[in-house]
Amino acid sequence: MLLLLEQCLNGLQLGLLLFLLAAGLTLVFGIMDLVNLAHGSLYMVGAYFAATFTALTGSFMAGAVLALAATLLVGMAVEVIAMRRLYGRDHLDHVLGTFGLILFFNELVRLVWGPAGLTVPLPAWLNTAVPILPGIYYPAYRIAIIAVALSVALFLYLVVMRTRVGMLIRAGASNREMVGALGINIQLLYTLVFGIGAALAGLAGLMQAPILTVSIGMGENILILAFVVIIIGGIGSIRGAFIASVFVGLVDTVGRAFLPELFKLVMSPAAASAAAPAVSSMLIYLLMAIVLVLRPEGLFPAPGR
Amino acid sequence: MTWHLSIRNLAAAALLAALALIPVYCHLTGNFFLLSLFTRIVILAMAAVSLNLIMGFGGMVSFGHAAYIGIGGYAVGILAHEGVTSGLVQWPLALAVSALFALVIGALSLRTRGVYFIMITLAFAQMIYYVGVGLSRYGGDDGLTIYRRSQFGGLVNLSNKTVFYYLCLGLLLATVYGIWRLVNSRFGMVIRGARSNERRMRAIGFPTFRYRLACFVISGTICGLAGVLLANHTDFVSPAMMHWTRSGDLIVMAVLGGMGSVLGPLFGAIAFLVFEEVLPILITLVGRPFLGRAAAHAGEYWQIVLGPMLLLVVLFARGGIDGMLASLRRA
Repeated sequence: MLLLLEQCLNGLQLGLLLFLLAAGLTLVFGIMDLVNLAHGSLYMVGAYFAATFTALTGSFMAGAVLALAATLLVGMAVEVIAMRRLYGRDHLDHVLGTFGLILFFNELVRLVWGPAGLTVPLPAWLNTAVPILPGIYYPAYRIAIIAVALSVALFLYLVVMRTRVGMLIRAGASNREMVGALGINIQLLYTLVFGIGAALAGLAGLMQAPILTVSIGMGENILILAFVVIIIGGIGSIRGAFIASVFVGLVDTVGRAFLPELFKLVMSPAAASAAAPAVSSMLIYLLMAIVLVLRPEGLFPAPGR
Repeated sequence: MTWHLSIRNLAAAALLAALALIPVYCHLTGNFFLLSLFTRIVILAMAAVSLNLIMGFGGMVSFGHAAYIGIGGYAVGILAHEGVTSGLVQWPLALAVSALFALVIGALSLRTRGVYFIMITLAFAQMIYYVGVGLSRYGGDDGLTIYRRSQFGGLVNLSNKTVFYYLCLGLLLATVYGIWRLVNSRFGMVIRGARSNERRMRAIGFPTFRYRLACFVISGTICGLAGVLLANHTDFVSPAMMHWTRSGDLIVMAVLGGMGSVLGPLFGAIAFLVFEEVLPILITLVGRPFLGRAAAHAGEYWQIVLGPMLLLVVLFARGGIDGMLASLRRA
């Protein structure tokens, strides 16, 4: 029971991180109609920036803030240099062009930071366990991740639903020509949205940095997960992305934790320990396939698409 | 379609002649690395040609085509591991398994459109990838060495590099010819019509789903054959051969070569894989005056050049190599 609670919290944390990535992806897709495979590269770049700035400033918080700003700038630069030219083209072009960007970023990171992975030390005040229930301890940093991600989600909701910029973003998603015709600088809006998406990816990367080793290609696996999330949630829908990411995070984490035990009930221990990791890796893809077969547009298709 | 003399057709003919003469060159110079490289190129070209059947002509962008390479390869590897080395058993079985997987994956995936299709094919490929990782009896993550290539009695000896190369080339040409006939047949017209306007095709009475599914299965089966050949070529199968970046590579080959024609992906596969070999050397040479001794290291970072080049191809050379050759005729 204790383990289940802990795994659920881990799942929630993974899910919320996925949401940070998926929100950027789904915004970019919903508004610019752009499939951005290089989104995972921005996540990776965010983590590397965090490692460097933390080492330079000696403080994780200062490093994180600087990394966030740097990733935002990188994202906007990528938009201005490359992405802008891909709007309005075929999705296949997007897949190919951004696949090229992944190769570019991976090698660039290898060139700048070297092939070895980096680690980011946690400040002492985050590197403790706090009681969440009487007698049950949970790492403070993971709770911090959950809190930050939840507040970002809330902030994003407020920005998109309650501010003028958010109104323009929603308007751009449903009819971009009209927004342009009404005198809005749509190009600036696109750069801004892409930058925000990049910053969200960078935030996910830098928060993940102290938990995992910062390494080349770290963005690719989680990118595929983020795509699974936005496909399940329905492309272009932030609400769908939120629900789907928590769902996917829980299924993945809880599946990995409990499938081996579950399998041991029906097969020999040796067979179970061989089959369970493979099946638990497949679980979310299976989930996505089932969702798509039943609802080809995802669970919460954005209106007007 | 009549054959006429144009730069594009001349280039294709020259290319095929060059491919046929590769082993001769290798025997004369003793450079057998080249033969091995071109065997790989021919095999992956077959996979790219098969992908282009659904992608270029059918408008179905499969981001999981490397899975069929893996299925074909693992069918050979697993049978060989279990002591069944006869190619007459291995090959048909591998093709049947590939076709079966393509049938199931296609039947489910073709319910979706656009990006959803791209992503659901990716999801299925990832599932198959993890099955490969989980096959601990057959090496799991580390892969499985094949100690004996497929045996065909005394008919052909696959261990002979030259024979194997010509077998692969022959199968590739047969594939290209078969697909060329297919896309120009009534069946192919329906597939291409469904890409342009599916609703209209349905309105005039074609059950497009069935046509597209059949096309998907044909493509997957051919790709499975490429997997069978690749397993025999490397004497090794591992989950890495169906990693999602492999599927990306296949898309790159098809688009780089040009999706508008059957031969395009062949150009693309050759260009991409030769480029992969040549680019590091090229960077080292170009970098030497500027970087001095560091140039040797710079070659390792060739993908930093490849990435932006892909982007440039997408932006400025929409029709790929084939498209450029075709436009030369008009100029």
